[in-house]
Amino acid sequence: MQVDVNGQGVTVQAVTLADLLTEQGFEAAAVATAVNGQFVPRPSRANHTLSDGDRIEVLSPMQGG
Amino acid sequence: MFYGVELESRLMLGTAQYPSPAVLQQAIQASGTEVITVSLRREGQGGAGFRDLIAASGCRILPNTAGCHTAAEAVTTAQMAREVFQTNWIKLEVIGHADTLQPDPFALVEAARVLCADGFEVFPYTTEDLILGEKLVEAGCQVLMPWGAPIGSGQGLRNIDGLRAMRAHFPDIPLVVDAGIGAPSQAAQAMELGYDAVLLNTAVAKALDPVAMAAAFGQAVRAGQMAAQAGLMPRRDMAAASTPIFGMADFSASEGM
Repeated sequence: MQVDVNGQGVTVQAVTLADLLTEQGFEAAAVATAVNGQFVPRPSRANHTLSDGDRIEVLSPMQGG
Repeated sequence: MFYGVELESRLMLGTAQYPSPAVLQQAIQASGTEVITVSLRREGQGGAGFRDLIAASGCRILPNTAGCHTAAEAVTTAQMAREVFQTNWIKLEVIGHADTLQPDPFALVEAARVLCADGFEVFPYTTEDLILGEKLVEAGCQVLMPWGAPIGSGQGLRNIDGLRAMRAHFPDIPLVVDAGIGAPSQAAQAMELGYDAVLLNTAVAKALDPVAMAAAFGQAVRAGQMAAQAGLMPRRDMAAASTPIFGMADFSASEGM
């Protein structure tokens, strides 16, 4: 399946968002996730099934003003 | 009180654009701030180090929605920030114009309404427009953060009369001048106007010596706060002698000698 993770097109085996984070090497407890512009809370990641073409954002704390 | 939180230091400090994480850490300490602003971005280099740094600072975290141009983007970012930073506080920025980074007032109110209803404690980055301020308060905001000048411009308080009017119009709402402050004197001026706090970033981060500048801002904000509490003298158009006239010597030469 082809999805977009943080602006990069990637081919993934993952079925759920939780799987994808593991597969892509993200530190699941330190990031927040959104799929197609909608926030997906941590407890929902394991039940969130991905679809081909999904746009996934994985964000973490950064400097800000 | 900012959503029930009493702050000793009334300087809120941004964490971006410092020459190094070490300088940022020292600047936070030197400023005496208790609130630092942070953002959410795609994970890059040094992410874990920054997480440790903000945890070690002991400061309250005020995440922002910087860079968002629509209410929907800002709402999603706020929801993600709440999960990562474990706080209901959110500095709500919905930018309407790329050159001025002026807030989009319509999208700002829309996002504020959604977030306040969802339990967020919203710090909206706004203008000094009174009607907009009222709409934000109606939406549930208990703090307003009017700009001093465009973000990162260092121009100081561009509309002092407007900020003064805002203070008078919202006597019971905590007001924070956010953005545009370039010098400690300008931060002190905001506090002298009766503002409750000042939020700035670039003026410290881009100083030649950010740590020393952080200390200078900390003291200026404190001085301005003390001045506001002490009550400034009324301004006059003409001079008024401060030394008494009564008892003054007469040095005029006597006549008829």
